[in-house]
Formats: sequence, C-alpha cells, structure tokens
Amino acid sequence: MDNYIALIGLEMHCEISETNTKVFSSAENSYKEDANTNVRPVDMGFPGTLPVVNKEAVRLALMASMILKCTQPEYLYFERKNYYYPDLPKGFQITQETKPAPIGSYGSLTFECHGEEKTVRINNLHLEEDAASSDHSPEGTRINYNRAGVPLLELVTEPDLHSADEAVAFLETMRSIYQYAGISEADSKKGQIRCDVNVSLMEKGKDMKDPKNWGTKIEIKNVNSFGGVRDAINYEIERQLELIEDGKYDEMEQQTRRWDEETGTTKFMRSKVDAIDYKYFVEPNIPKIKLSKAWLDEIKAQIPRLANERKEAYINDYGISEYDATILVKEKAYADFYEETISLGADPKAASNWITTNLLGSLNKLELTMDDITLTPDMLAELIDLISSGKISSKQAKDVFADVLTSGKTPKEVVKEKGMEQMSDAGEIVKIANEVLDENPDVIEQYKKGRTNVVDYLTGQIMKKTKGTANPGLARQTMAEEIEKR
Amino acid sequence: MYMDKTIEELHEKLKNGEVTSQELIKESLQKSHELQEKCNAFVTILDDAEPREVTDDMLSGIPYGIKDNYSTKGILSTGSSNTLKDYVPFFTATAIENLEKHGAVATNKTVLDEFGMGGTGTTGHTGTVKNPWDTSRMCAGSSAGSAAAVAYGVYPYATGSDTGDSIRKPAAYCGIVGYKPTYGMISRYGLFPFASSLDHCGALTRSVKDAAIVVDAMKGKDKYDMTSFDSKDIHLYDSIDGKVKGKKLCYIKELCDINMYPHADSELKEHLKNFMNKIELCKKLGMDVEEVSVDQTLLNALPSVYVVISCAEATSNMSNLTGFIFGPRAEGDKYDEEMKNYRTQGFSPLIKRRFVIGSYVLQSQNKDRYFHNAQRVRRLLVDTWKDLFKKYDAVILPVGSGPAKKLEGSKDILDPNTAVLEDHLQIGNFGGFPSITIPDGFINNLPVGLNLTGNCYDDINVLNIAYALESEMGYKGQTVKEGK
Repeated sequence: MDNYIALIGLEMHCEISETNTKVFSSAENSYKEDANTNVRPVDMGFPGTLPVVNKEAVRLALMASMILKCTQPEYLYFERKNYYYPDLPKGFQITQETKPAPIGSYGSLTFECHGEEKTVRINNLHLEEDAASSDHSPEGTRINYNRAGVPLLELVTEPDLHSADEAVAFLETMRSIYQYAGISEADSKKGQIRCDVNVSLMEKGKDMKDPKNWGTKIEIKNVNSFGGVRDAINYEIERQLELIEDGKYDEMEQQTRRWDEETGTTKFMRSKVDAIDYKYFVEPNIPKIKLSKAWLDEIKAQIPRLANERKEAYINDYGISEYDATILVKEKAYADFYEETISLGADPKAASNWITTNLLGSLNKLELTMDDITLTPDMLAELIDLISSGKISSKQAKDVFADVLTSGKTPKEVVKEKGMEQMSDAGEIVKIANEVLDENPDVIEQYKKGRTNVVDYLTGQIMKKTKGTANPGLARQTMAEEIEKR
Repeated sequence: MYMDKTIEELHEKLKNGEVTSQELIKESLQKSHELQEKCNAFVTILDDAEPREVTDDMLSGIPYGIKDNYSTKGILSTGSSNTLKDYVPFFTATAIENLEKHGAVATNKTVLDEFGMGGTGTTGHTGTVKNPWDTSRMCAGSSAGSAAAVAYGVYPYATGSDTGDSIRKPAAYCGIVGYKPTYGMISRYGLFPFASSLDHCGALTRSVKDAAIVVDAMKGKDKYDMTSFDSKDIHLYDSIDGKVKGKKLCYIKELCDINMYPHADSELKEHLKNFMNKIELCKKLGMDVEEVSVDQTLLNALPSVYVVISCAEATSNMSNLTGFIFGPRAEGDKYDEEMKNYRTQGFSPLIKRRFVIGSYVLQSQNKDRYFHNAQRVRRLLVDTWKDLFKKYDAVILPVGSGPAKKLEGSKDILDPNTAVLEDHLQIGNFGGFPSITIPDGFINNLPVGLNLTGNCYDDINVLNIAYALESEMGYKGQTVKEGK
C-alpha cells in the first residue's frame, strides 16, 4: 500500500423520512411493520395513474442541496430510468440525471476524520423515488410496496476519499446533517441509508485531480451499513493490491461487484460492457417546475442549526468541554434533549454531565435508545433542581435517575415514594440530635476527654435515625453545636 | 327513436317528460347490441345500466359510451388488449368521474386499437371494428368503437382519446364531430397511457355544441394530473355564439393544392375540391381565408417525428404490463420468463414493432440522432403553427385523403404521396392545440371531414368557427341511415 493511494467515491442513498406523503404519490410516507399498508394505485403502477410531485420533498431536497453548497437548477425536471425488475412496478423509476441539472450540482462538504479536516467534492445530488422492497424466503419472494415511491436523495461524490475511515466519517457527517436538518431519521436499521462504493488504486505522487491517473474503477453495490462500507472498502483495497502484486491489475476490467455481508467479500456482478442502458428521458407527466429565487431564499433561511454550529455554541456559550460537546451533538436526539433541559432553567454544565455520563451510560448499559426511555427534559431539569435546592443528595439523585429513566414517574414522585426527601428542618434535626446524645452518654464522656472526632459517629446516628434523609451538612453542624451544650 | 337526437334536444325532451332516462337507456342498449352484431364496436355492453335523475344538467339521464382505455371502477377495462383482458380496475378515471357527477349514464365500453396504438380500428383484442356506413370499410382509429356507435345513433356522445388523430380521424370517417381540447384541459388520470406528452382526452358527438357540452363536463384541474390546468372560467357551450365575421383562417398549400399530388386518385381530387368549396363557404360567412406555405421538408418530417416520440414514450409507459400485479399472469420458471411470456403472448405484432422502435430510438447510442432530433423537429413544427396563430384564428385543413378506406388489403402503412395529408392532425398533439373535426360532405356516399385547429387555450374560438360552418353545411346531427 505504501506505493499506492486509494481513490474512493460514494453514492449515498438516503430516504427522506420527514414528509407526510411519498414523493410522487399521496400514500403515507412512514415506516410500517405491516407490509403493503402505505400504498396508492400509482405506487403499484396501475394503468392510468400519474405522478404528482410532493413539494415538501422538493423543499427538503433543496435544503440538502444548499447545505452541500450545490447549485440549484432554475427549472426542476424529472426523468425516467427504464428497466424491468419485480420491485419496480411501473417498469421505470422517476429520478433525475445530470442533464437537465438535478436538484444539486457541484458542491462540497468539509468533515472531520481523526481530528483532521477533509473536503470531499459533491458531483451531484438528486431526488428520486425508492423501489418496493423484496422479502426473500425459501417459499419465494414477497414484494412490499410500502417503500415504493418513498422519496430518496442520492448523493454522488467525486473519488476524493482515501480510506475506509474517511468514507465512514463522511457518511456519519452526512447522516448527522440529514438528522439535524429534519430531512431524515437516516436510520440504516430501517433501511433508510444504502450505499454504492467505488474504489480504485493510483500510484502515489501522481496528480489525483486528473482522471487519467486513476486506476480501474470498481463499483460495489448494495452496502447497507456503515460497518459494511468500512469492510467492503478494506476488502476491495486488499483485493486490488493483491492483483497488482500478482501483475494482474491491468487485466482487470471496469466492473460492478456486489458486497456479500455473510462472507465479507465482494463478488463479480457485471462488467462495464454489460452495463444496463436505462434509456433515460424527461418524465412527460411532470411539467418543468420553476424554482423561484424567493422560495430558495426562504428555504435557505429555514435551514436548522446543524451539529457543528450547536457544538460551538455549547463550548462558547455554556462553557462545556469540547469532549462533552462532541458527545452531546453526536445524535440530534441528545442535543435536542440537552437544549430543552437548559431551556427549562437547568444549569448547562449539570445538564451536560447528567446527559453525557448518566443518561448515555445507562442507555449503553441497558441497550436502550432515546425512543425507549420515559425520562423527559422536564424531569431531568426537575432532578437537577432537587439537588441544587438541597432537597436530595447527589447520591440519592443517582437512584432517583435510575428509577425515572424508564418508569414513567417524575423525580418528585420517586423521591416522595421512597421517603427520600432530605430533612433540612433545623428544629427537627436539633430534636433528633438530642435524642442521639441522650442515648449515648458514654460517647459524650469521650468527647469531653478531647476526642472530638466522635461528632462524626454521632452525626452518623442522626442519619441512621432519619434513614439518610437528613441534610448531612446540617446534621453535622447541629451535632457539633448540641454536644458543646452538654 | 331518440338516440339519434343531440344532447340539447334530449335534455329538452327529458325535462318536459316526453321520454325518461330509463327509456333512453333501453334504446341505447338495444342499439348497442344491434351495432355489436353489425360492426363489433364494443368490448362490454352494460346491460345493467341504471337510470339517473334528470336535473338541469344537460347530461343528466342521457346514455353515453366510454372508450375502453378509460379506467372504470368495477367495470372491465381492457384497453382492447389481451394483456388486460380480465382487468377490472378499482378506481375511475377523473374525466369519467366528472361525467358521472353530471348525471351521465354509460351504456357500453367501446373498442379501440390496442392501447390506442393504431389508426385502423382493426387491432383490438376483440377483433376489427367495421364502419357502420359501409361495413367493408374501416372506421379509422383508435377511437373506432366510439365513432361507430355515435354515428350509428347508439347515444349522442362517447369519450375518446387522441394521441395522433385518434378522435379526429375516426370522426371524419364516420361523419361525426370529434373534438380534443387544449392539452391539460381534461385530466388524463385513469386514461391508459400511450404517449403521455401527446395523449389527450376528448369527445365524439354529432354536433359542435354537444362536443362543447361534453368537454365542459369532462374538464377541470385534477390534483392527480400535474399537467391539468384550471379552466373553471372557461365555459365552452355558453361561449358559442356563431359570430365569425372578420375571423381569419388559413390553409396550407402543400397539403391542400391538388397539384401537389401528381398521382391523385378520384377520391382525393373530390375530397380536396369539396374542401375548397368549404373555404368559399367560410368566405361567404365573412371570414378571411388565406393560403399559406410551409416548408415541405419540415412537413415531410412529421410522420417520423410522431413515430419516434410516440413509440419511445409508449415503450416506457407500457413497461408496467408484466402480468404480476394485474392482467393474466403467464407461466414461467422465473419472474423474467413469466414477464417475457406475458408480453410476448399478450401484445399484438403491431405494438411489439412499436416497442422495438421505441427502445431503439432511446438507446444511448441512438438517442440524440433519433429521440432528441425528433424533439427538436417537434419544436420547429409547433413554432411554425404558433406563428400562424399570431395571424390567424385557426388553421383549416381537410382530414385524410378521402373517405374511409377498405378493410380488405388495408395495412397500417401509409402511401408516401399522401403521408403528410393523412398525418397532419398530429401537429395538434405536438402543440397540445385545441382541434376539432366536423363532417363536410360525402364522397361515394361515404362521409368526409375537415379540421379546425387553433392556439392553446383558444378552444372557444375554434368551436365557434366550427359551429358557424356546421350550421351552414347541413351535416349536423347526421347518423347512419342506410348502411350497406
């Protein structure tokens, strides 16, 4: 590898999950367990049905285009990509090509990988419809049309990535952008993200921007997780290096391979000469759509704050460490939870500590996600308030937190239930202190002989009598005062 | 006998109680069976059609026919193709739904050339449709069944669809009115597509005013068709006043001058002579009519431009026909074999030929030479006509090269000498122009027609001129009296 550098490009497909309906159909756009429940006639290609463009999907796609610093076209066109496959009921997919220009052309994204800034050029971003999904079983294949027509954003990068780590860091950044911008949940478990990866090797030292220096491009289809992307790239780099070592690299033809998750290898699908001719032409049922400057400006103004921007604010405005801020923005759900907790008056640092340590620690340990918990920002703010007002101790708070996390109860309810509320009533503590002293005349004697550390023992007796609810500071102070009076 | 009357007359009679909707339906069904026997015009006769309440709506309670490429809920809708021979849709085309809202009663579904892809009426899966004026002749297509039924007096109107001339040519061959309005005036939702950028819905009737009434009811913006436009302020029927004095028309020398056809037969000669007489009539009505010249090379490109664009779109549009979700599923070891068998067995050879052409012109190595060039020439033709519309209210031209052709020995291949004359109505589809055919006479006891085409959204002007001419010619409301 010392003499070669990998050139890696990605095609990242991400479903837009945040529209009410599908991209060219009025069927609901939501992830459903039950097959074939989100279907309109157009999704199954019934004769005479026509596509109708979902404006919200276009708006979100344009937003992604702007975030990626792409150029937006003056007029929006859609094209038909014609091919036969059982999951494609119309026999064509409505998508966009590069001519006429798609929703985004020639942008770039800067992201971080192992603390280093990298920039990848975006060739284009286009809006299209997803195909149905196939469920293979020994008895046969079932087609589920829930996914048919779900809006899909396909992003195509230039081969500016050079390692599996960079590719994954790029994908994670994109996932974060889609989530923060409210475009998609970008959940690969729901099949919302799918990637095609292309890998070639080039001799080190040559000009990377000149395609003439690039090696033979190998495209790997159907990589459906970030881990898969990492493994597929590493496997493919190794495979191509071996071909070089064996002197067979030049014989290798441009080809498409398939990522086989089970064996962790890539397998030959077809060579370039067998590439499918998709016979693209402009979709005649969708008139060209003028994208007005006013609308584009409006969308630009609506772009929500993304992870980086929020992270900076946490560091600069709340004094959070970079380390913690990075954790807080890792998932939009964490950052949203954090900001809401603060907006309810909680101390930013305390809230950050609770989330980064206790909340994420518990999620990790219990293998839960933010969707599984009943803890709300309201409850966390309440818990922090209970501590700062001295009603419960930090130690107690940890128990309360564990109980509040999934029980649906509020911290106050738990504190009351467990009789935890800290006793800060001075008169009551004086009374109990004297009870303790009355019960321990021998200890008072020891005190008088100069063993002042018995105060700690006696304070412990107060705590015991109050089942730990007495304010420990107050209890010690009271005991010290009361024993002097004897 | 009522079914040979116009919509206006029938509405009057229904309102004053001279006849009931039930009686009209009974007569329409009886005539349907009669014509089926004679000409094979229907895929389905709806014997259980129910009468509708007669209201102030002109169409209420009156029977009509639906071309079988309109999706009708619960009623067999075949597109006259074996690939959909058992297909019963669960939704109704918007245009039909609109007619139903107006109280219209469908009594049958009419035969077409398979999926509208033919001009003879001979390629439907139920067999050839014969012309009721002379059963040895064709109706032309693709709205063959609709044209035959309206001409025979099965009802006053039927729906049609028009991708090249599929309403306007059969209307001429059957001696009736055929009107397709501006592209987008009637929603195409639920119309089985042939070539989406050229497909129009429309109506076949026996009078211009009836055509206006029917399209008034069918039209309207539809949330399911992005190419449909809002026309609620356009009232076609109410706007026809017959005032045409000072209107300007033109006809095209290259198409209408008999000297352009050195090998003209007697039918063509008579047809053009008859047409020129109607030009004189226009002048008598106070219209200015001028002869204009259009580049012959451009005109000659017309048939190929149409073939390239329509076949390309058709290939893609009909890729949904695989037999998996609807249609009779074919046998096969694997899905691709099932698909191949279904399509091989289901489509007629004519359609398959068009699919091959469509695929060929879209292949990446051919696309620019054929498909993109065809789009460019389409634009040139449309611009040429738009230029004419700057000066003229409408272009007036003869339809075809004469009356209906003989079925025997007919092929769907055109005589190169009259190819452009046979095909010029396609310009109306290229530009989405409103276009109407009306009967303008007889040759050898067979009807012939002329066509008026105007600029987009100028439907009222076109209808008005057609109405004025119709009123002077005496073919309004004609039905087949004594067919051979």
